[in-house]
Amino acid sequence: MEAVHPASGVATLSWLLLALPAFGALVLLIGGKRTDKWGHLLGCLTIIAAFVIGLITFINATGLAVADRVQELHLFSWIPVNALQVDFGLRLDPLSLTFVLLITGVGGLIHIYSIGYMSHDRDRRRFFAYLNLFVASMLLLVLSDSFVTLYLGWEGVGLASYLLIGWYTDRPAAATAAKKAFLMNRVGDVGLAIAIFILFANLHTTQYSVVFANIHTLSPGTITAIALLLLLGACGKSGQFPLQSWLPDAMEGPTPVSALIHAATMVTAGVYLVCRSNPIYDLTTAGRLTVVFVGAITLLIGCVVGCAYDDIKKVLAYSTVSQIGYMMLAAGLGPFGYALAIVHLLTHGFFKAGLFLGAGSVMHGMDDEVNMRKFGGLFKRMPITAVTFGLGYLAIIGFPGLSGYFSKDAIIDAAFNQPGWEGWVFGLAAAIGAGLTAFYMTRLVLMTFFGKERWRDQKSVNGNDFHPHEASPVMWVPMVILAVGSIGAGAYLSIGHRLSDWLTPSLGALQERSAGPLSSIEITILTLVLAAIGVLVAFVVVGRRDVPVVRPERVSWPVRAARANLYGDALNETLIARPGLWLDRALVFGDKFGIDGAVNGIGILFRGSSGRLRKLQTGFVRSYALSMLGGAIVLIGALLLVRFSG
Amino acid sequence: MTHEALLFVQAASDTANRVGAGETIIFWILGPIALAGALGMLFARNAVHSALWLVLTMFSLGVFYMIEQAPFLGFVQIIVYTGAIMMLFLFVLMMVGKESSDSVVEVLRGQRLWAGILGVGVAGLFIGIVAQSLDDVTSANLNGPNSTNGGNVANIGRSLFTDFLFPFELTSALLITAAIGAIVLAYTGKADKSGRKTQRDLVAMRFRGEYSRPSPLPGPGVFATANSVATPALLPDGSVAPESLSDLIDSVPVTDFAHDLEVSSGTEHHAGAHALTESGSDSDEEVTRS
Amino acid sequence: MTPTYYLLLSALLFSIGAIGVLVRRNAIVVFMCIELMLNAVNLTLVTFARINGSLSGQIMAFFVMVVAAAEVVVGLAIIMSIFRTRRSTSVDDANLLKY
Repeated sequence: MEAVHPASGVATLSWLLLALPAFGALVLLIGGKRTDKWGHLLGCLTIIAAFVIGLITFINATGLAVADRVQELHLFSWIPVNALQVDFGLRLDPLSLTFVLLITGVGGLIHIYSIGYMSHDRDRRRFFAYLNLFVASMLLLVLSDSFVTLYLGWEGVGLASYLLIGWYTDRPAAATAAKKAFLMNRVGDVGLAIAIFILFANLHTTQYSVVFANIHTLSPGTITAIALLLLLGACGKSGQFPLQSWLPDAMEGPTPVSALIHAATMVTAGVYLVCRSNPIYDLTTAGRLTVVFVGAITLLIGCVVGCAYDDIKKVLAYSTVSQIGYMMLAAGLGPFGYALAIVHLLTHGFFKAGLFLGAGSVMHGMDDEVNMRKFGGLFKRMPITAVTFGLGYLAIIGFPGLSGYFSKDAIIDAAFNQPGWEGWVFGLAAAIGAGLTAFYMTRLVLMTFFGKERWRDQKSVNGNDFHPHEASPVMWVPMVILAVGSIGAGAYLSIGHRLSDWLTPSLGALQERSAGPLSSIEITILTLVLAAIGVLVAFVVVGRRDVPVVRPERVSWPVRAARANLYGDALNETLIARPGLWLDRALVFGDKFGIDGAVNGIGILFRGSSGRLRKLQTGFVRSYALSMLGGAIVLIGALLLVRFSG
Repeated sequence: MTHEALLFVQAASDTANRVGAGETIIFWILGPIALAGALGMLFARNAVHSALWLVLTMFSLGVFYMIEQAPFLGFVQIIVYTGAIMMLFLFVLMMVGKESSDSVVEVLRGQRLWAGILGVGVAGLFIGIVAQSLDDVTSANLNGPNSTNGGNVANIGRSLFTDFLFPFELTSALLITAAIGAIVLAYTGKADKSGRKTQRDLVAMRFRGEYSRPSPLPGPGVFATANSVATPALLPDGSVAPESLSDLIDSVPVTDFAHDLEVSSGTEHHAGAHALTESGSDSDEEVTRS
Repeated sequence: MTPTYYLLLSALLFSIGAIGVLVRRNAIVVFMCIELMLNAVNLTLVTFARINGSLSGQIMAFFVMVVAAAEVVVGLAIIMSIFRTRRSTSVDDANLLKY
């Protein structure tokens, strides 16, 4: 762990990174309709300004000596309560600066794209306010220097995500999806919160620098508990098994939101959390192994389900789930994988954002239709979209030389290079995932851009004829830029370990080993072969045959299972929701008949007995006098008994 | 009453505690009378009879006080109790009047039975106590205090104003409080007459027009010539005042006293050719009859 | 005969008074019964004064008389007041204060 230095020079201005988007959001939300005319421009401007500041800070940081690259900027004392002292500060280190560039860069491009995509929406200004709010929260998440501040950003992005998923308030599906995302995120947030509580209870601070310096003083069990709870939080935010099912539903939001929040940035916050907490995970083998398992399971689930869907955005969403599974898997490998996870995160940010923007462009041209069975032959109609999309496609399936090839194959390689059974299991999972990815992405591309023009005799969901057309430059320019990233980012970041060296002050040096069953060449060949098989199968299944416009319902059980999200929702329903409901009913029953019964029973007892006893109060003075005389006799008798018996 | 019988035997054998023969005679005469008075009060259905029976008992007790060397209390008993308090009872009974006798029916179930049982129980208990503890008591008698320093009354007065001064003063406060309490409770005051207006209020109301006319109704026309209230009043022009006519009594027709009117007002017509015609009374108003 | 007989008489008078309070319904008669009980107690006090050779008992009886007089005044005023509103002196009629 490198020493932490106070920020100086340009870095002291980094608070502007947070302030600018927050300011934009504030102005747009408070300004209301008055800002409708120029609101989207302000939104883009703040993000681009933040990007420029981030870039300057980044360049400034590259000029520093390696030992000085971890800096902290204290802003103010946030929660000054007796034992709980939380300072609001920023941590400027290679990891957070990398994220800043990703968030503001991709965020800026998607902001620009949204000007075109949302041009028909009456509430475009509010949309930009939410986007700015999201960017501000996300920057706070990655720049924070303590777990509590991170939690603030964590909840902020959750809020923005909720608001944007439910953007189309007139669609019940969107409202449901927003609620689902919010609720499932709560499950993860509880884990994160408890992890923070444990850290505070044991170390009396949540400041990264202090926590990471002293984490080794805790017992192994505590560390594992913290690691697993953090993982729970990461699973919630990143859509990992078993909390993965909200992410595909989140595609109800506008496509730029899907690209920015649910592909490039927010959903990678879980990966960021695990990598950021690397000093904790370094100390717990069990925690890391759990992370790897979660990642492996998720990537397979994502791939399998992605093969079955016809909704272009849902396929991309499950693709996201599976790619984040790769990142998790890498992060779980510890020092062998943190940097690889970040590399894949960055390249994925480029190509997945590009793919989503391409999908958005297709939808924009096809009257918001998402069913791929109604597409086909769009290559001629929207060539720019098709080419940029195609580049993103080649990147994700790991075509040699493009981004995905460098980042994903590195992860597969690292997964195989584990000792014993773990190498086989995780390596094969990752490699099979690569083959499946190739299949469903090829299927998507073939159904959308090639083959017969099935849309000619179809109506859109809105009841219009289709008039496919290329989008405006404000939309395709960001796509082109992202496509360039899809081509070159992997090579730029990976060759010569450029990024992993840069991240060393944050994540520790990337370690490599060859303990696995296969050599690197063999792994690469295996992966390529699997991917090629996937592509070929897709060609045979989709490209060589006509695609039925109506989805066939008589299909084999694997397809049925995949269409049902591999029963992820049913699993949640059965394992969590139903028992919760039963517990709830049991508690209500116990409350009614146990607690209420006891309380009311006592009341009824006294009411009944008093109802009988009060009949003694007849109102007749002579009755009272009689009982008084009787009492007097008893008293006197007792006195006499005492007096004369002894 | 075996205890009592036992006591008789014991008392007879104990000569040291014997009281004088005269006192014994008086006790055996007045004791049963006192008991009879008490029982008479208990059983008399008329409350006045009860009070009189109680007077008898109290009188007997007064005599007992006197022979028990408490002459002052004896006289106080006779004067205050029999003389004042019981008379007060009788006063109240007279005011309440016919309510003073009880009905025979007992409404409370078991009340009489239990009252009897408990009453006999109380008597038994007390008699038992006395029999247990006082069967061989020596009477110190009050011959000393009653013969020195001015006798019984003077000694009681001395004690009251020295040893018992504070309780004595307290009784004065008690009596004052009782007197005021009685006044407050018994006084009906204006509380019952609320709503009744004073003459002044009525005058003001009349002139505000809350009544049909400001003045009283005219009285009946009782002249020197007619002393019946059925005579209607006449207005200055000789016509009948309608308000003076009663709803209840048939008024005398004006024609009946037209002659008297003329005599008293000095406009008498002397009998002429037209005396028996109708036009002779044409100046009179037609009499209205109710 | 000893002064003890006065005490026995007193006990009998007291019991008769007590029974009267319990069985009579006319409030004034009930009051008279109470007076009888007080008188019975007075007789006891006087007798004990004699037995003990002290005037204190007589003084106590005197105080009892004063208190009884005050009580009669107030009690009769209450009876009058009740009679005025309820046209009745029966203690059974004043039974509103009940369950």
